[in-house]
Amino acid sequence: MSHLLREHAPITEKGWRLLDEEARDRLRPALAARKLVDFTGPHGWEHSATNLGRAERVADAPDGIQAATRRVLPLVEARAPFSVARSELDDADRGAEDIDLDELEAAAHRLAVAENAAVFHGWSAAGIAGIAEATTHDTIGLGEDCERYPRHVAVAVDALRGAGIEGPYGLALGPEAHTRVLETSQHGGYPLLEHLREILGGPLVWAPGVQGAVVLSVGGGHFRFESGEDLSIGYETHDAEAVQLYLEESFSFRIATPEAAVVLTP
Amino acid sequence: MAVGFDQYHEPAAELPSETRTFARLCASLTEEAEAIGWYEQRLALEPDRAARDIMRDAQGEEFKHFCMDLEFLLRRTPLWREIAEGILFQDGDIVEHGEEAEEEAVEGQAARGAPLSGSESLGIGGMRGGAS
Repeated sequence: MSHLLREHAPITEKGWRLLDEEARDRLRPALAARKLVDFTGPHGWEHSATNLGRAERVADAPDGIQAATRRVLPLVEARAPFSVARSELDDADRGAEDIDLDELEAAAHRLAVAENAAVFHGWSAAGIAGIAEATTHDTIGLGEDCERYPRHVAVAVDALRGAGIEGPYGLALGPEAHTRVLETSQHGGYPLLEHLREILGGPLVWAPGVQGAVVLSVGGGHFRFESGEDLSIGYETHDAEAVQLYLEESFSFRIATPEAAVVLTP
Repeated sequence: MAVGFDQYHEPAAELPSETRTFARLCASLTEEAEAIGWYEQRLALEPDRAARDIMRDAQGEEFKHFCMDLEFLLRRTPLWREIAEGILFQDGDIVEHGEEAEEEAVEGQAARGAPLSGSESLGIGGMRGGAS
């Protein structure tokens, strides 16, 4: 049995399948960072740190000894608790299809937002520097006028090319900007979405948790998301009314090429 | 009378329920394949036409059972399914298709960040290449 303690939960195999499928369905559309940066792992729950390949000299060492400690980036454990009514799980076992899993859906969204925000804007308390914090390029104002988005994105792509960063390039669009893009057709009815994709040569991704937008190279080797335990559902406790569960993952994120992204502020 | 649990090679009590179900269906798949082979042999020797008709009908049932078992196992094992898709119902050299399908599926799985063996994760992994 793993630390998730799933076998202690009063949940049938059918119930677990329902919960896992619902979680996957809610997480996948929102996990923007995983669609744009390198992913390594999963390395398992026991995996605690990312090797940075660097060492720091230990000043106070025994006579005649030179010492150094390795520098590592610890993985952060991120957990989003939620509960499911036992009556709803009973109904699922009876074959009901309209099961109330609102709390699971909200937890999935929270965790996806936290993951995206950590990658793009950083999570200093967890030791993670984000892409927007690290970039060496000037930021570009995105504004609310969608018709100008292709120009802003083209300027960002030019800046990346100018810095010797090869494509294809991807675009993480915060929810507000993404909605504007979807709703807008340029003159002649040509969808703005397609125009942006042509400029980028890569994906355009809905990115809850991102403020504004980020243009980045998706050519690989620039940004690395390291997964310890990949997204999983675990069991906390239960009573007669509800089962307390959680969505969990452990990960680190590091940047090899800060100049491989340009931030577009809202 | 002691009941045999030959489909388990590890202590059944230590196995997750999903693995026990998987092992049962693997055992069932083997039995259906054996039955198909036995009917094939009987049909090759049986001279009575009525008996042959019954055996052919029974063998058809085993074909169906085998395929249902296989489909269940493939649905639970994405890597197996991906390899199978490169081999089954394809014209041409079977061995060649097998080697290509294995290589593509294993490399693809590694690139997507496949879950660790025995993991209870959601198996989401990396998603680059699947973005819209």
